[in-house]
Amino acid sequence: MSAWFGLAASPEAFPPAMMAALSLALLAPPLLGVVAMRFPPRHPAPVVAVALPAITLWLLTAVAAHGGHHAPVSLGALDLQLRLDALSALLLLLTQLLMLASAAYAVGHRQAARIPRRAAAWLWPLLGGLTTSLALIWLAADLLTLYAALELMGLCAVAMMLLPGQADALAAGMRYLLFALVGSLAWLLGVALLLGAWGRLDLAGLSATVEPGPVTWIAVALLSAGLLLKAAIFPLHAWLAPVHGSAWPPVSAIHGALVVKASFFILLQLWLLLIPGQVAGAWVLGGLGSAAVLWGGLLAWRARGLKQVVAFSTVGQLGYLLLAFPLLIGTSEAVAALAWQGTWLQLAGHALAKAAMFMAAGNLLLATGHGGLAELAGTSRRLPLALMTFGIAAVTLMGLPPSAGFTAKWLLLQAALLAGQWPWVLVLALGSLLTAAYVFRVFRYTFVEEAPRHDFRQLPVGMDLIALLLALTALGLGLAADWPLAMLRPGGGEP
Amino acid sequence: MTGAWFPLAALGSSLLAAVLIFMLPERAFRARTLLNLGAAVIKLGVVAWMVWGLRQGREYAVEFPVMEGMSFVLRADALGIMFAGLSSLLWLCTTLYAIGYLEDSPNRKRFFGFFSLCVASTLGISLAGNLFTFLIFYELLTLSTYPLVVHRGTPKALAAGAVYLRFTLSAGLVLMIGMVALHGLVGDIRFGEREILAELGAERHPMLVTIFVALILGLGVKAALVPLHGWLPRAMVAPAPVSALLHAVAVVKAGAFGIVRLVHDVYGIELSHQLGLLHGLVAIATVTILYGSLRALAQQELKPLLAFSTVSQVAYIVLGVGLFGPLGTIAALSHLLHQGLMKITLFFCAGNYAEELGIHRIDDLDGAGRRMPLTSLAFTVGALGMVGLPPVVGFFSKWYLGTGAVQAGMPWVIAVLVASSLLNAAYFLPLLHRLWFRPGPDHGRGEWPGERRLGRFETSGWLLWPTLATAAFSVLAGVLAGMPFSPLEWATRVAIEEYLP
Repeated sequence: MSAWFGLAASPEAFPPAMMAALSLALLAPPLLGVVAMRFPPRHPAPVVAVALPAITLWLLTAVAAHGGHHAPVSLGALDLQLRLDALSALLLLLTQLLMLASAAYAVGHRQAARIPRRAAAWLWPLLGGLTTSLALIWLAADLLTLYAALELMGLCAVAMMLLPGQADALAAGMRYLLFALVGSLAWLLGVALLLGAWGRLDLAGLSATVEPGPVTWIAVALLSAGLLLKAAIFPLHAWLAPVHGSAWPPVSAIHGALVVKASFFILLQLWLLLIPGQVAGAWVLGGLGSAAVLWGGLLAWRARGLKQVVAFSTVGQLGYLLLAFPLLIGTSEAVAALAWQGTWLQLAGHALAKAAMFMAAGNLLLATGHGGLAELAGTSRRLPLALMTFGIAAVTLMGLPPSAGFTAKWLLLQAALLAGQWPWVLVLALGSLLTAAYVFRVFRYTFVEEAPRHDFRQLPVGMDLIALLLALTALGLGLAADWPLAMLRPGGGEP
Repeated sequence: MTGAWFPLAALGSSLLAAVLIFMLPERAFRARTLLNLGAAVIKLGVVAWMVWGLRQGREYAVEFPVMEGMSFVLRADALGIMFAGLSSLLWLCTTLYAIGYLEDSPNRKRFFGFFSLCVASTLGISLAGNLFTFLIFYELLTLSTYPLVVHRGTPKALAAGAVYLRFTLSAGLVLMIGMVALHGLVGDIRFGEREILAELGAERHPMLVTIFVALILGLGVKAALVPLHGWLPRAMVAPAPVSALLHAVAVVKAGAFGIVRLVHDVYGIELSHQLGLLHGLVAIATVTILYGSLRALAQQELKPLLAFSTVSQVAYIVLGVGLFGPLGTIAALSHLLHQGLMKITLFFCAGNYAEELGIHRIDDLDGAGRRMPLTSLAFTVGALGMVGLPPVVGFFSKWYLGTGAVQAGMPWVIAVLVASSLLNAAYFLPLLHRLWFRPGPDHGRGEWPGERRLGRFETSGWLLWPTLATAAFSVLAGVLAGMPFSPLEWATRVAIEEYLP
């Protein structure tokens, strides 16, 4: 299992060029954020010109060609464990692309929504900090670094949610902060237990020494509880929808696409490395995921506002990811390989699609001036581009071809059938139908013709195009899936 | 690899047209028309070229891997190109018709965009080289037809759209689960690799039967097999060109075509026979044929009547597939084309009556033959073809079905055919009687429900010429059934070369 997270690679130091690229990926975003705070961009072009993804792409090809690296990096007295394999490089690439898209969108959004410049300026350093913390989560291979990154991510996310400054934003944001702190507390307790029992915090070492027993189980249970809370997994999802209700669309996009996924990534890593034999626990998580799929779908179906639909859909879609636990733990190699690929493809597809969907929903809200679904009547004629984007993103969420969601669903279905775990087949099927139900409910409103005409505001085309590009990427990823999947296959990143 | 470009070009022409149409502004009527027709003509040309090339023994295929052990495959084989030819020919006719039909109506950009997408999906279905690729376009078809069904935006249309989605999306899921199970069992099966399943041991047979049932359930919804047909009559609220397309080429045919592929190219007719699956197909088809005809008999309005007639007629294809023997196969394949030609004619006519005279109900048709002679002539051709009168193509379908039934040792099927033909006659002949022999408003009796003078002829030329063209095709395909490249000849070729040992 540790080979999958790139931890088995021989601990040799990173080549200097790679180290420089990694430092750039970690340090550049906050610096750029501070610069952008001082000189806010008026046009998306300078944002898009940031070439970080190109550097990450180089890292990815290097890793794909020569195998991953895993080595301690000393910062003075502190030893950080960093690891770079195909998976973390791909996630890094995804993060940077989405961050840039969101930043470019935010430029247009600030102007279209007439947000005061001073309030909006704070977004930039926070975006930078969030990028770094996410990158660190993908790269870190010890629990202490992960803790620091998780905290930084949580604080940046809460601060971004508070930016609108209205009363409901503040209330929702404070609630989010409270939940995040409780989650961190649980996490810290778990880390303390592990440190006390085994005397080390690096994941590779822990995975080799930890033995199953009450201490390990309690520690992992505490860690998991903290992460489940942060990832808004059913039944700990109550904070998610109110937070999105008042946040700015570019912030919602990043949050729904990446922030909740980071906790899932850590969770999966912990389980596979520390308690790889805990089948019963994995089934409990799978059960939670199934409940999330169904409950999230139902809530989205009944939601009144467009943003609520999108937010609750995140709750449901995260449930699919949890099916990875029963499919990866205690199953045959063939099943695990399928589930492994399916899970990451689902994560990437959902991240791209959800970001696109939040942006499209934001455009629809800005243009109609209302948040209710019933206000969408007539938009299919007046705002076809935003609606088209919403639809293309929805194709991925519904798991219909040729999207990434479809290919991922195919892989997960195949894994479930091969393992003989029938309940997940049913969950995947019901989840898709529920998704279709809430997506087409939105569309039903837009096709109504005899609605009172609203004055629709014209938005800059760029805002629609960014969202459309993300949605199309999610759609195209389904057919181009072999490129990332080949790197993710066990042993795929090795020479 | 020059052969790779042709399937891509055929698919790309309508995909690109869809994208460009979405990018054009709503008022760009001329540019949109030009694009629509240009793409349709190019596609027809490319498909015709491939038909010719296939005859010369050339290969047209393109593929790339999507995941481990699974590829996206587009391949023009004789059966696929037959369906592709039908869809490109009828697309051209329907595009012309739709341009006239939707003149001055709102949301034309949305309509034509999704219309092109719908045709692209149909082409993808016909050229798909394995089940995975087939599923991709099959689901894409569901998505692209939904906006067409709810095009009018009325509560009735929206409700019909919801029913349509409920049926087709659930079916798509069942289909997908069946395909994943089959893939898990034996890996990727290209269409035509019948030996893979045939070589499986007998202990796998119960599993194969289960998967077959799941796949038929998934395909049967689009093919409108009873009791999975509920969406079809409701979807009649869509504009006439959409109904024509749904019934003649796209949705219903995609289901029927899928069943043909499944039985002939994946399971193989011999294995299906050995597993006893064909009996089930024949039974379902028989029920569907009789039920559809009986319901058609009870309809008061023209379009629902045609819808139930479709339910019954498409089941002929399934019946032909279920008859073990070359004649049954020929009947199934040729009826795939024949029914398309005749049904699209009938729907065009129904649209013409509705547009020009405001006629929706059957009892308003009295005397319409005098007012709209050419349309009524086309309607007569289509209706007589459906009944099975020579020389219209419908006769050949029924002839081969009957002889196929004898060959398969199921002579009782002939009784079904006779009963259904009588029923067809029972609901079509009264219509013809009303059209030609009853006095109507043009004889000074009553008024048309909503007369509009749309053009120089009996109606707008955009509506009239496609109707006459498809009616002429229906007759020509029957008269020239023995000539090379006629539907019957091509179906015979496919049946004999590909499916017989």
